[in-house]
Amino acid sequence: MSDAKSYLGVPVLRPRVGFFELTSCEGCQLQLLNNEATLLDFLDLVEIVNFREGMKESGDNYRIAFVEGAVTRADEVERLREIRRNAEMVIALGSCACFGGVNQLKNRFNDPAWVKREVYGEYPIDSQAAVPLAAVIKVDLEIFGCPVKKEEVERIVTNLVLGKEVKHPKYPVCMECKAHENICLFDLGEPCLGPITRGGCDAWCPSNRLGCWGCRGPAPEANVDELRKIVARKNIPLERLLDRLECFGGFGGEADAVRKELGGLK
Amino acid sequence: MKISCDIEVRHLSRVEGHGNIRISIKNGQVREAVWEVVETPRFFEAMLVGKLYENAPYICGRICGICSIGHTLASIRAIENGFGFTPSAQTARLRLLLKHMETLQSHILHIYFLAAPDFLGVGSVLPLIKSHPEVVRRALRLKLLANEVCDEVGGRRLHPTRTVVGGFTMLPDRDALGRFHQRLRAGLADLFASAELFATFTFPAFTRETEFVSLRREGSYPFIGGELFSSDGVRKKEHEYRAMTNEYLAAHSTSKLSRLSRESFAVGALARLNNNFAYLRPQAAAIAGEFGLGPVNHNLFMNNLAQLVECVHVVEDAIALIDELLTDCWQEPRQAVTPRAGIGVGAVEVPRGILYHCLEFDKDGRIRKADCVIPTSQNHANISKDIEALAAHCVAQGKSDKETELLAEMLVRAYDPCISCSVH
Repeated sequence: MSDAKSYLGVPVLRPRVGFFELTSCEGCQLQLLNNEATLLDFLDLVEIVNFREGMKESGDNYRIAFVEGAVTRADEVERLREIRRNAEMVIALGSCACFGGVNQLKNRFNDPAWVKREVYGEYPIDSQAAVPLAAVIKVDLEIFGCPVKKEEVERIVTNLVLGKEVKHPKYPVCMECKAHENICLFDLGEPCLGPITRGGCDAWCPSNRLGCWGCRGPAPEANVDELRKIVARKNIPLERLLDRLECFGGFGGEADAVRKELGGLK
Repeated sequence: MKISCDIEVRHLSRVEGHGNIRISIKNGQVREAVWEVVETPRFFEAMLVGKLYENAPYICGRICGICSIGHTLASIRAIENGFGFTPSAQTARLRLLLKHMETLQSHILHIYFLAAPDFLGVGSVLPLIKSHPEVVRRALRLKLLANEVCDEVGGRRLHPTRTVVGGFTMLPDRDALGRFHQRLRAGLADLFASAELFATFTFPAFTRETEFVSLRREGSYPFIGGELFSSDGVRKKEHEYRAMTNEYLAAHSTSKLSRLSRESFAVGALARLNNNFAYLRPQAAAIAGEFGLGPVNHNLFMNNLAQLVECVHVVEDAIALIDELLTDCWQEPRQAVTPRAGIGVGAVEVPRGILYHCLEFDKDGRIRKADCVIPTSQNHANISKDIEALAAHCVAQGKSDKETELLAEMLVRAYDPCISCSVH
C-alpha cells in the first residue's frame, strides 16, 4: 500500500494520521472500522501511524491527529497538548471532542463533590468538569455527531488529502428531513431539535422516527425562540426540550436559560 | 533457573479503553503482577439523576461504542421491569435479533481485528490486508452483514435510533429481512471457514480454576433476562443482581471490581458457554466439539473460540427469528407504558458478559438513582488473578521477557475488555 497514489493525474500524498481518545466511548473511532464496504479504500488514502485501539505499533510522526472524547483529567490536558505539539492539524472527532458530549451532563449539577459521591461514595477519584478540546488547545477542524457519520468522515478526509477546503452545511437537520419527505415528528408529539441543529447527518435520527437530540450543535442561524413556540403549540413539556438541549453540550447557553426558567434541576 | 524481569505495558493496544500491565519478577519470584485500569470516569449514574425515564436508554447507550445496543436494551428492560410492562412477542423477537447481530459484529471485530494478529505474528490487521486478503475480506463481510441488520432493525449500528421503551419507533422492511435471511445462511459458510482458520492457531495451555457467571434459562441459550447463575452453584433472581456482583473499590483501578464465591469470577462468552452449553444451536455445538470446547473450561484464552462458537449460534438463532417474524403480520411497533414509582433491573448478556442496569423511579418516572454493573468491571479482578498466575507459569516455564509480555497481552485481549465501559 506504499505505492504512490494519484487523483486525476495529480499525485496524492498519503498523510500520516494518528487516532487518539480522551474521555469517551471510543465509538467514533469504531465508526471508522464500521466502514466495511469502503474500509480498504479508506485505509489506502492515509497512513495510520497511531491507532491504539486497532494496532500495536505507535509513533509520534503524524501530520493529522483525530482526537475523540472530552477532557476531564489533568493527564488528558497533558496528552492533548503533546498531540497538539506533534500534529500540524488537530481534528476534533465527534460531539464529545467538539462540545463535551454526554460527559458534560454531569457539569449541570455544579457540584462535583456530589457527582463523585453518587458514583464512588467516599472513595477518592480524580475528575474535573468535562470540557471540549477547544477549551485546552487550538482545534483546526471539527467533525460533529454522536456518533460521527462515517460517510461524512470519509468525505472530509478525502477532501483533506486532496487539499480541498472542508465546508460544513449551514442549513439545519430539518431541511434534510423535509427532503426525505418524512412525517414531521412534532405532529407525532415528539420533541425534535431538527429546526435548530446543524445539518450534514442527512436527518439520521428523524428518518428513523426519533426526534433530533442536537448532537451536531447549533446551525449558524438557529432560531431557538421560534422552536420554543412550536414546542409550546404542540403541548410538549419544556422539560423534554431541555433534555435534548442539554444532552451533548452544543446548546449550553440555551439549555442554561431553559433550566433556569424551569426552576433549576429536578 | 532464576529469572528477573520488569514488564510494563502502558495503555495496552488492541483493546477498548486504557489499561496497563505491570509484571516484576526478581530471582524467579513474582514480586508484582497487576492489571491497572486508568480510564477516566464519566459518571453516567450521576448524569441520569433527575432525568425522565425516556432519557436512560438514549444516554446509557453512549456508555459504550461497541455494545451500545446492549446498553440501550438493558436500560429499556430496567424501565419496563420497573413499570411492570411486558413487551409484545414481536418486540421481544426484534430486540433479540438486534442483540444477536451486535454480538456477531462485536465478536468478529474482536477475534479477527484485535486477537488474530497475535496468532499470526503481526501488530495489527493492516499487514494482513496484503498477506491474507481473503481472511480480511471474510471478516469485513461478516461484520458488514451484522451491522446492516442492526441498521435495519435498530435504525443505526452504533447508538441505535429506533429502540425505545415500549418497542420500536418503526419496524424493519420485510423484504430486507428476507434478504438478510439469505445472507445469514451464506454467513454460516464464512463462519465455518473462520473456524478452519482458528483451528490452525495455537492457544496457550494455561488454566486457572475460577467461577463463571452468566444468565441461565431452561431450554434456551439466554441473552435478554433470565436467572442469574454461577458455575459454583449460586442462583439468584434478576432483581437480586447485587448479590452476584458485590462491587468494591481498590487501588490500581478507576473501575469498581466484583467478587462472588471466590476472590474473582469471569463473565463473557466462555462463561455463557460453560453455563449454557446444552442450549447451543446444533451447528454451534458441532464447532465447539471440533475445538474440544465444553463445560467447564477454565482456560480464558479459549474465550476467543467461545466467541466464534457464539457467532455461529447467534446466526442460526437469527435465521430462526426472521422465519418467525416473517410468519406473522406486523403488529403496532410500540406499546404505551405508564410510569410508576419503584425499582427496575435489566440483565442482558452483551458480547463481553452479563450487564446489569438498575433504575429507581419516582411516581412520574423520573430517575432517582441509577446503577450500572458492566461485564468488564466484573472481569477486572479475574484478569488480575490470571496475570499473577500467568507470570508464575512463565517463570516456571523459563519464558523470556518478550514471550511473557506477549502472553500477558494476549491473555488480557482474550477477555475482550471494554475498559471505558467498565469506568462508565
